[in-house]
Amino acid sequence: MAVQTIFPVTRIHEPLRADIEVQAGKVTDAWLGAHLFRGMESMMLNRDPRDAALFTQRICGICSSAHSIAASMAQQQAFGVHPTPTGQHLTNLIYAADIIQNNLRHFYVLVLYDYVKGPDIPPYVPRAQTDYRLPPKVSEELLQHAKQAARKAVQAHEAMAVFGAKAPMQQTILPTGVTEQASGERIMAYSSILQEITEWVENVHISDVLTIAEYYQDYYSIGAGYGNFISVGMFPAPLTGDRSFPAGLVINQGQPETLDVNHFAEEIRYSWYNGDGAGHAPIQAGPGPNRDKPEAYSWIKAPRYKELPVECGPLARGFISGDYRRGVSVMDRLIARARETLKICKLAQGFVAAIVPDTPSFQRYTQPDSGAGVGLTDAMRGVLGHWLEYKHNKVTHYQIITPTTWNFSPRDNRGVRGPVEQALIGTPIAAEGELIEAGRVIRSFDPCFTCAVHLFKK
Amino acid sequence: MLSRRDFLKLCMSAALTAGLTEQLLPIMRQAFAERKLTKPPVIWLELGSCTGNSVSLDNAVNPTFYQVLHDMIDLRYHWLLNAAQGEQAVQALMDTVEQESGNFWIVVEGSVMTADNGRFNHIFLRGNEMVTGLAALREFAPRAKHVIAVGTCACFGGPAAAYPNPGGAKGVWDVIKQPVINIPGCPSHPDWITGTFSHLLMYGLPQMDSYNRPKMFFGQTIHDLCQRRQQYEDGIFAAFPGEKGCLYKVGCKGPVTHADCPKRQWNHYVNWPVRAGAPCIGCAGPGFPDSTMPFYEHLPDVHTPLGALNVKKIGAAAVGLGAAATGVHFITGVMTRRVGKNWLEGTKPQETDQPENLEQLKQELDDLIRQQNALISESKSLAKNKVKRRLPRTFRKKVVDFFRPGPKHRR
Ligand code: SF4
Ligand code: SF4
Repeated sequence: MAVQTIFPVTRIHEPLRADIEVQAGKVTDAWLGAHLFRGMESMMLNRDPRDAALFTQRICGICSSAHSIAASMAQQQAFGVHPTPTGQHLTNLIYAADIIQNNLRHFYVLVLYDYVKGPDIPPYVPRAQTDYRLPPKVSEELLQHAKQAARKAVQAHEAMAVFGAKAPMQQTILPTGVTEQASGERIMAYSSILQEITEWVENVHISDVLTIAEYYQDYYSIGAGYGNFISVGMFPAPLTGDRSFPAGLVINQGQPETLDVNHFAEEIRYSWYNGDGAGHAPIQAGPGPNRDKPEAYSWIKAPRYKELPVECGPLARGFISGDYRRGVSVMDRLIARARETLKICKLAQGFVAAIVPDTPSFQRYTQPDSGAGVGLTDAMRGVLGHWLEYKHNKVTHYQIITPTTWNFSPRDNRGVRGPVEQALIGTPIAAEGELIEAGRVIRSFDPCFTCAVHLFKK
Repeated sequence: MLSRRDFLKLCMSAALTAGLTEQLLPIMRQAFAERKLTKPPVIWLELGSCTGNSVSLDNAVNPTFYQVLHDMIDLRYHWLLNAAQGEQAVQALMDTVEQESGNFWIVVEGSVMTADNGRFNHIFLRGNEMVTGLAALREFAPRAKHVIAVGTCACFGGPAAAYPNPGGAKGVWDVIKQPVINIPGCPSHPDWITGTFSHLLMYGLPQMDSYNRPKMFFGQTIHDLCQRRQQYEDGIFAAFPGEKGCLYKVGCKGPVTHADCPKRQWNHYVNWPVRAGAPCIGCAGPGFPDSTMPFYEHLPDVHTPLGALNVKKIGAAAVGLGAAATGVHFITGVMTRRVGKNWLEGTKPQETDQPENLEQLKQELDDLIRQQNALISESKSLAKNKVKRRLPRTFRKKVVDFFRPGPKHRR
């Protein structure tokens, strides 16, 4: 049976090649390969450790704040400093705004055109010939909402810039907090934008996602995957560090267990890096690139938790926090993300209310000569970790594990498929030339290969 | 249609109340309606990028990004937005190249990965052939009307080309022969992108500097436009980011960065880095990030074989530049040391790229002079400041005491 290739898979961030085997109208196997290598971690070596947050966020233009937050957490640990209460709240606010922006754009710019016929101009034409089920009136309404959503996403970035100076790529987060002041006027500016977005998400966004779900009920049973979930949590509270979204692990849709980052390992048998050895822990140095490796088909590695492939992202956080446990499928991922967007809007309102205006948003510090630290936060699409070590004020080790590597990993050392490869299995395919159904499964994960490809220290 | 002069004025205006794009759109729409313009077919290639410039452009328009798409350009290929996927999308791309040859624009986001003959970055499958970003760019560029690099990566390599640059990332103009319009920034400001597009549509090529950056946006330095400039002149310097005062000493690269962030600001005038207490990290400059790191350390002193360089010497060298080869030799000596004793020591065996022509050299020299000025002004004003503060305060106190004796009026 022929394997068909989609390259590029469009409406995702960066180059993804999908090779899909179809038999009797169903996907029977899949290989997902990322096709860009930049090697950002090797670039951090020998640099000033204070630059980590500003430099590494340039890995990704869609979730830049997630990287700068993970990096600054690693810096905080390495420098032995802690955020001020206001500093932590402001960091959370910058991040909340960025997540909202990401989630709105994911649904209305990237996902929507899988289900709704766009206008008859490029880039919305050409399009697949099959399976647009919405009545024209409903379609039209959703397209109108997409225009409103674009405006809301712009506003979310404005909110991010209130404390982050600019978006994308904020410039104000540093260990201990944020350089912008928590003045009454700034807080008002943020919260008035937030208010408007919250109402819109509550009234329009969630029902739009449910409308699509109504017409595409079969996607409640497409794209299941393993049902293994992971999250390192996000939004730490000041002082206690307790996270609004808890860390945890779920195996086969079971009960949440505690998570131990020491069980993270990256495997590279099918990735274009030298060697096929055992998994590397993120605090270990690893091999350089090798584009000619025989079995390999992707630039991303295969992160595993105790050798298990695990899915991360809003649905994973839903299962771990108990917010959403209906099931595992394409639609569940979309709905979980929309509901989480609303939850984050509300959480952000709480952060705003908790700020005492004009209290210190950061603290002066001098970093010790040497140190090491780990920064973990969930990014929009899942687990993100930065591992930093420096000596004599120069970085000696930097390692990053990003969400898309967990979800879109190739097969691991034991030949076990990555979570999305597995989720594709069984997807019904109506028109073999188009594979629109496979695209829907892939896009439900909000993939972003920009940051997924990275390199161990050589 | 707006005259070119008025257009430039609008683009460079400090008194914009909404985004530039918002102001341009009605003008453009009318021009299209009157059939004075036709929408150019655009192919948007993402190479070694972070997608940040697309996201930034999404932030451009009030009310929506859709207006840029509908009203200004005819976006045939952008994999972030194409409804089609795989073969169908590639077909749309190739049709545009064939049918619109000599007419279409290529916008490049991200740097060109050249290591291993480009094989570190494949971007589509054509028939059975995996096409690299490098190959696609080289194939399409000669047939394009304009090649536009958006973002510092596409212009100069940017973060993707930071040392040791394992992917061999390069700016677009380093790998093709066609002229390239550079719109840098990490990411590029949406106004810079739409403003340049509009200029191209209505009046053709904008005036550009020696790094091919449109002068209307990159003609002045951050430092020249900065709101903290007075504090700088008064010798009031922040000792930590976020504190009051000019951020020069905590790493601000404003004196050597050409961009108009201070007056344009970001995300619809909400904020910009220096206003928010964060030093400018020089993201729109050709050397970013290697030559502006460490971000929180101030610019290095300029050392030459003749000792530390002061303004006069640089000035004299600049004058000699046009005439004497010795001048050039001397200045090149200066340039090779321009990244002083910063992090590069021990990290990077060689210095950052040399300026390639005299024009660029001159521009870099201008920056050097500004930087040197900054150093000198810093020490001078510090000295002056001490004197200033001591004298007037005693004087004022005396006066106050004379007229209104009593502790509550003492400062
Ligand atoms: S050094 Fe930076 S903060 Fe100071 S005046 Fe210049 S641009 Fe502004
Ligand atoms: S202020 Fe400097 S670093 Fe910030 S966006 Fe402008 S040019 Fe880039």
